[in-house]
Amino acid sequence: MVRFLIKRLLHALVVLWVVASLTFFLLHITPGGPFDRERRLPPEVLANVAAKYHLDEPWWNQYTRYLTGIVQGDLGPSYKYLDRNVRDIVADTLPVSASLGIFALGFSLALSFPVGLIAAYYRNSWTDRFCLFIATLGISVPTFILGALLIWLFSLQLGWFQAGRWGDINSAVLPTATLGAAPAAYLSYLLRSAILDTLGEDFVRTARAKGLKETTVLFKHALSNSLIPVLTVLGPLTAGLVTGSFVVEYVFAIPGMGRFFITAVTDRDYPLIMGVTLVYTALLVGANLLVDLLYSFFDPRIKAQ
Amino acid sequence: MSRQNEAEEQRRQRGQRALLLLSLAFIAAVTLCGFLAPLLSPYSPAGLQEGRILEGPSWSHWLGTDGLGRDLFTRILYGARVSLTVGIGTALIALIIGSLYGLISGYSGGPLDSLLMRIVDVVYSLPDLLIFILLSLLLGRNIAGVLLALGLVSWVRFARIARGQVLQAKEFVYVEGARAIGASHLRIIMRHILPNIAGPILVTLTFSIPAAILAESTLSFIGLGINDPYSEWGTSWGTLAQDGWRAMRTYPHIILFPGLAIFFTILSFNYLGNGLRDILDPKGK
Repeated sequence: MVRFLIKRLLHALVVLWVVASLTFFLLHITPGGPFDRERRLPPEVLANVAAKYHLDEPWWNQYTRYLTGIVQGDLGPSYKYLDRNVRDIVADTLPVSASLGIFALGFSLALSFPVGLIAAYYRNSWTDRFCLFIATLGISVPTFILGALLIWLFSLQLGWFQAGRWGDINSAVLPTATLGAAPAAYLSYLLRSAILDTLGEDFVRTARAKGLKETTVLFKHALSNSLIPVLTVLGPLTAGLVTGSFVVEYVFAIPGMGRFFITAVTDRDYPLIMGVTLVYTALLVGANLLVDLLYSFFDPRIKAQ
Repeated sequence: MSRQNEAEEQRRQRGQRALLLLSLAFIAAVTLCGFLAPLLSPYSPAGLQEGRILEGPSWSHWLGTDGLGRDLFTRILYGARVSLTVGIGTALIALIIGSLYGLISGYSGGPLDSLLMRIVDVVYSLPDLLIFILLSLLLGRNIAGVLLALGLVSWVRFARIARGQVLQAKEFVYVEGARAIGASHLRIIMRHILPNIAGPILVTLTFSIPAAILAESTLSFIGLGINDPYSEWGTSWGTLAQDGWRAMRTYPHIILFPGLAIFFTILSFNYLGNGLRDILDPKGK
């Protein structure tokens, strides 16, 4: 168990190092730079800028400086926002993105459990087929189209919810639904088939033979044993929420990390790009570690290894 | 299984087959639209028309016109080329890199296999969409660059599946037999292993096409994807949707039609993948 966790932790560190290096070298060899302007800056100014950000040093110096900075929790300066460094920007925007992600995760869990249960309970009926159909739609509709559709319908036409703001419950409804729709659909699918699998097991037959009510069998025996498959996809699901969040933040003009990433790419604000990518990776890796932990906790067979 | 369940099962299978055919038909139609775009429409995708700006659907412009008076139907036809090229091209690049990698890893076994798989584990944990954005900055924000960048981040899935299949196939008696009569490694791989792993790989291929189309159109929508306004080839559906997004309050049709095109294309490929999986890889359900 401890060995397993140490192995996962090492893996996480390697992933972070790879991402830090990959972003560093990719941006290093990308032609053009953050200080290219339509009107060329005078060479003296460029030299000053390069000296300020240590861009005149050989790449290995820059690389080691960057890595030591990360270890010390310093993500470097922002080329665009002169009064803030990358860490400040992340500290401001991460809570916004994180709360959006947590809302969406909660939304998808709250929606998928009833849908998965109902679909499994009424398997192969029209109710079931309808649920599956909606789930397939939910998986196939791109986030930005769903977001635009929800804004058009609920904000522009009906005027129920506000879009393009952040900070209160009303304006959080549509982004949460947009980001949570695909995970909700996916989880419903998964729960339905996991419950159906469990319903075919011997212990379920025993429970029925004992004369237990169908609802007891469903909730107590089938549902609780269907949670492990759900747990295994929480890792990839978090990845989906993380990447989905910057599309949703763009569509709903939410001041989160993803929106800063998008503008950083357009502005070629390299340290900000690298910093945000690294923080996103850390979130992903952290979520996966958590899932590993929960998994080995809930499934004794893993713990034994 | 009771008789009623059997009837139910048959009905379900019939329904699935109908959906599969419908999706195939739609994909074929989109492909044809892409190929025959210049024949199907009297307009040029870049043909500006003064005085015919932001029109709704009509007989002369089936899906209306955009903010520069360009015919939206024509632009969507040409856009099909971009989406399909990116989708299929990416899937093929990922297929080639990933299958070769998985094949080598699984067939060689031993320390090389564990090293290669350790690398796959790491690549699998990367935030692929972000890495893709950075790669496309380097490779250029045109179709070729985007295609290559997407292929480079999405090969891992193929590597894992190919390796798993090879590990299974290696244990089959006829592979052992082939080795016993002195067949070369290349011959064993080409003749005995590859045909056996083709099914699951084909299913993965089908699912990675819509994933690539989704990634490309999403990034073009947020302005980080293909940025090649003078391309003769066509404009990405994601970029078309972005044009419509800015005018959505007053002219919702400009975002609606590209959005529908993206949605139905992705949906069809997903249904096609489901159908193929039922046929080729019943265990993978």
